[in-house]
Amino acid sequence: MIYFDKVSKVYSPTSIALEDVSFSIEPQEFVSVVGQSGSGKTTLLKLLLAEEKPTAGKVFFESLDVSRLSNGELPKLRRRIGAVFQDYKLLPTKTAYENVAFAMEAAGKTDEEINGDVPQVLELVGLMDKAWHFPSELSGGELQRVAIARAIVNRPDVVLADEPTGNLDPINTWEIIGLLEKINELGTTVMLATHDKEVINSLKRRVITLEKGKVVRDEKRGRYVL
Amino acid sequence: MLKSEINRAIKQGVVNFWRNGWVSLATVLVMVLALFVLGALFFSNVLLTSALSRLEEKVDISVYFKTSAPEEDILALKSALGKLQEVKAVEYVSSDQALAAFQERHAENALITQALEELGENPLGASLNVKAKDPRQYEAISRFLEAESFENIVDKINYRQNQVVIEKLTGILKASRALGLGITLALSAIAILVAFNTIRLAIYTSKDEISIMRLVGASTARVRSPFLVEGVIHGAIASVLTMLAFWPLAAWLGPKADRFFGGPNLLNYYLSNFLAIFLMLLTAGVVLGVISSLIATRRYLKER
Repeated sequence: MIYFDKVSKVYSPTSIALEDVSFSIEPQEFVSVVGQSGSGKTTLLKLLLAEEKPTAGKVFFESLDVSRLSNGELPKLRRRIGAVFQDYKLLPTKTAYENVAFAMEAAGKTDEEINGDVPQVLELVGLMDKAWHFPSELSGGELQRVAIARAIVNRPDVVLADEPTGNLDPINTWEIIGLLEKINELGTTVMLATHDKEVINSLKRRVITLEKGKVVRDEKRGRYVL
Repeated sequence: MLKSEINRAIKQGVVNFWRNGWVSLATVLVMVLALFVLGALFFSNVLLTSALSRLEEKVDISVYFKTSAPEEDILALKSALGKLQEVKAVEYVSSDQALAAFQERHAENALITQALEELGENPLGASLNVKAKDPRQYEAISRFLEAESFENIVDKINYRQNQVVIEKLTGILKASRALGLGITLALSAIAILVAFNTIRLAIYTSKDEISIMRLVGASTARVRSPFLVEGVIHGAIASVLTMLAFWPLAAWLGPKADRFFGGPNLLNYYLSNFLAIFLMLLTAGVVLGVISSLIATRRYLKER
């Protein structure tokens, strides 16, 4: 469902983020993208979210050529992809509940759907008791769980997670990874970018290893090898 | 569907306005300053215009006729003047009326009253007071009156004596109109720019939020509409506050301005035109708020 076709991203001649990257991801796969900082993991996810355009090559989401979407068509793509970031990217002036509800409003859902689904999703990530807290009143692990709730509330086809555990302690890390696995078990494709060795080794799922912008390994039951 | 979208935008705009607290307050206050400048310019324009038009009213040409001039000739001249394009009004003062006015004016002066009685007959001639539509046209009118055919009935025309004064006054009127317009334009431009920039800064603090909304898949309209609602709220509250600020000011300045410019009383003007002035400020505030929000959000919405 996701295809990278000979994709390169060159910011400047001395800064090449991705070079000739090709791979495809099947529905319901759990794929980890690993590599050191600066190896191009984040750029990869940004290309899929159409935050950046590839310098060469094409990125497909199903039959949609992501690199050629206009600004007006962008929202449609993003409503089908749930994204989770290292820095959470929650709206600071909205409560946890409102942050999740906002994604549903953005997708044009009715008030009944929102009132029904948001509590359910917050229950799933275990945050119903803090639904009316603002982001500034929540811990890192809680913030990331709100972000995950927001990412899955529209039942997306794919969840992208860019270093979701980068700012978290081990216990919270395992909770977040556990949530991602659960989401995957429920039928959603998950793409996880991380440099956390233990996480990768315990997942025992497909691993794409990036090094200096190139795919150096792509294994079905990969381990963290650098 | 559209209705619930609008409801959400309004609700979110109100909530954002409330949660933004100090930023909202500062924005409203700057907007009050801008609207206050606009309103003050409007009021001073009202004063200036009425003072100028009163001055203009006072300028006229008087034609004094010889006491021997027959009344029908004068009336014929009057109707001829009335047909001239440049003439706004002609007023006929008969010699009897002139005498009555003269006596009334000097009723307390025993010497003059006595002298008049002594004289036995009316020494004053009839006159025509001519008002032009435009002060610049007095020259043409006076030339018409100076024609030879009227020579035997016209005693004197006071235009030549007053010419310098009239011309100077015309110049001052013209200059102060132009100056008033220039000052109004310049000050309103400054006020609008300051308010615009404040709103831009307020939205600048939201630029990360805008990019997050975009990432979650919100359309341009959805990201933008709460900001527009906020702009409307800023403008509306600011116009109410400005309107209230003008009340004591008008009450305090009203009598002073009345004495200085010779009316109209600002307080009466403010009260009798309350709704019109409020609507003017409200429109200015809302338009300013909405346009500033539109321009400010446009920049961040262009990014992908």
